[in-house]
Amino acid sequence: MLRYLSTRLVRALLTICFVVTFAFVILRLSGDPALLILSPDAPPEAIEAFRKSWGLDRPVWEQYVRYFGAIAEGNLGRSMRDGRPALDLVLERVPATLALTIPALILKLVIGIPAGIYAALHRNKLADRMTMLFSVAGFTVPSFVLGLVLVLIFSVNLGWLPSGGQDSWIHGILPVITLGTAGAAVLARFTRSAMLEVLGQPYIRTASAKGLAWHRVVVDHALPNAAIPTVTIVGFMVGSLVAGAVVVESVFSWPGVGRLLVVAVANRDLAVVQTILLFVAATMVCANLTVDMLYGWIDPRLRTRRVAGAG
Amino acid sequence: METLVALRGLTVDFDVGHRVIRALHGVDITVGKGEAVGLVGESGSGKSVTWLAALGLLGPRARVRGSVTLAGQELLGAPARALEAVRGRRIAMIFQDPASALNPVHRIGRQIGEALGLHRGLDGGAARAEARRLLDRVGIADAARRLTDYPHQLSGGMNQRVMIAMALAGEPDMLVADEPTTALDATIQAQILDLLRELRRDGGMSMVLISHDLGVVAENSDRICVMYAGRIVEEAPTAELFAAPRHPYTSGLLAALPDLDGPRRRLVAIPGTVPEPAHLPPGCAFAPRCPVVLPVCATAVPPLESAGPGHRAACVRVRRAVAA
Repeated sequence: MLRYLSTRLVRALLTICFVVTFAFVILRLSGDPALLILSPDAPPEAIEAFRKSWGLDRPVWEQYVRYFGAIAEGNLGRSMRDGRPALDLVLERVPATLALTIPALILKLVIGIPAGIYAALHRNKLADRMTMLFSVAGFTVPSFVLGLVLVLIFSVNLGWLPSGGQDSWIHGILPVITLGTAGAAVLARFTRSAMLEVLGQPYIRTASAKGLAWHRVVVDHALPNAAIPTVTIVGFMVGSLVAGAVVVESVFSWPGVGRLLVVAVANRDLAVVQTILLFVAATMVCANLTVDMLYGWIDPRLRTRRVAGAG
Repeated sequence: METLVALRGLTVDFDVGHRVIRALHGVDITVGKGEAVGLVGESGSGKSVTWLAALGLLGPRARVRGSVTLAGQELLGAPARALEAVRGRRIAMIFQDPASALNPVHRIGRQIGEALGLHRGLDGGAARAEARRLLDRVGIADAARRLTDYPHQLSGGMNQRVMIAMALAGEPDMLVADEPTTALDATIQAQILDLLRELRRDGGMSMVLISHDLGVVAENSDRICVMYAGRIVEEAPTAELFAAPRHPYTSGLLAALPDLDGPRRRLVAIPGTVPEPAHLPPGCAFAPRCPVVLPVCATAVPPLESAGPGHRAACVRVRRAVAA
């Protein structure tokens, strides 16, 4: 188990390094922060001085090495716009984002999983077809379209809910519904196909042949097996808690990490963008690690294989 | 012999969306108390479907008609509760591939304990003790430790023993064994068959042994029913069926079976394959493969008719022989 965990950890660190490098390369290739922040008409001396003070005049490889060294020491740099530490800027936005993504995650789980189970148990009946119709609609409509339609209906026409801002929990309702809908749709489809796969297995027939009532066959024998593939997609959703609301935050002018990212990218505020990406990568990696450990807990076949593998 | 289970005119239709396919065309089988009946046929002949239909285990796409009675009680169309009280308690069933017939995420002890709780009201320590006794009974060594194992930690033969222990948990009147040894090695096959024979002898349980292998069925049945394309084509006491088969399909199966005591001879295969349920010939389903086919065979399905005491066969030649 220890060896299993340590290889996972090493792989997780490599993933984070890769993301950081990727962000570094793409951002340096895509425009000069000096020109964007100071404007192209600024005097050449000012631009030169800006580059020098942020180390942008040095060779790219040297910037990269310095950047990595700083991260290793826990220094994520400062925002080029207002000079504040990038980490502070990002951290103060995290609660606002979580205030949207956590309720949205709960909404996804509470609607998506039961809907998927229900659809699978009523396969090819009207209930199944309706659920799948909503599901397809739910994840094919882009979230900015859904967000705008909701604003049109509930803010503009009915005037029930605010169209943007973060003044009270009521402002969170539309963004949470927008975020939750697509996720619930994906989860419903996943859960349905996982359940259908499991319901076709011989051990389900054995459980029925034993004399168990159908609801107990479903609860005791089908659900624990269907949970195995479903956990993967839920883990992915947990992993995107920090960065999963970029579009929705922009549509509803919600001051979270996602909007900070959009602004920082537009300004080529390198340290801030890199800090956000590092955050995103870290949460995703943590979620994946958790999922891997959950697998072992849910599926005894993996557990013993691992114990055997770890000697 | 007192009749325990009787299937009368059992038909099964599968709704496959754009059309309906008939898998079973009116099957009659009776099983007496303590009797062992073998059900033989190639894959796709409807042997398993027959008993899954009888226990209501075919799922929503199957339409089952006819009659299934257990000690006089009608099971077809019975409420779910009545069927649940029969499954496992009166009629237990074991399946072909024991590794996939056991739930991979539950321990053996729990899966047996579930049946014990359901049918005998045992739980906790009493259920554990009884589950252990059952594992002992089916010949699993170190039963106490095995109770905490998962199916993937056991071999195929052991898993089939666990399935049998689970079937015995309800102390059923009848055991339906659906190809119980097909997925196992030859030596393990023999052990499992020995175990089934021993259990039947000790408990007086009725048994239906479903197999594509006439050899497996021969040693373990009092009476054999031969199925072909969703119908019973011949039914006779085991010795009689081997000595004097009346249906050309049965003769074909026997000719394909090696003879241990007799002189060496070439084994004969039946030419062709079983017709698909959706494309049955209009007359006798076996006619296209039959070595002694007559023109009349293509026109009508021959009924199952008496060919001696306890012996019935569905072949026009039987009627001609009786008439002559």
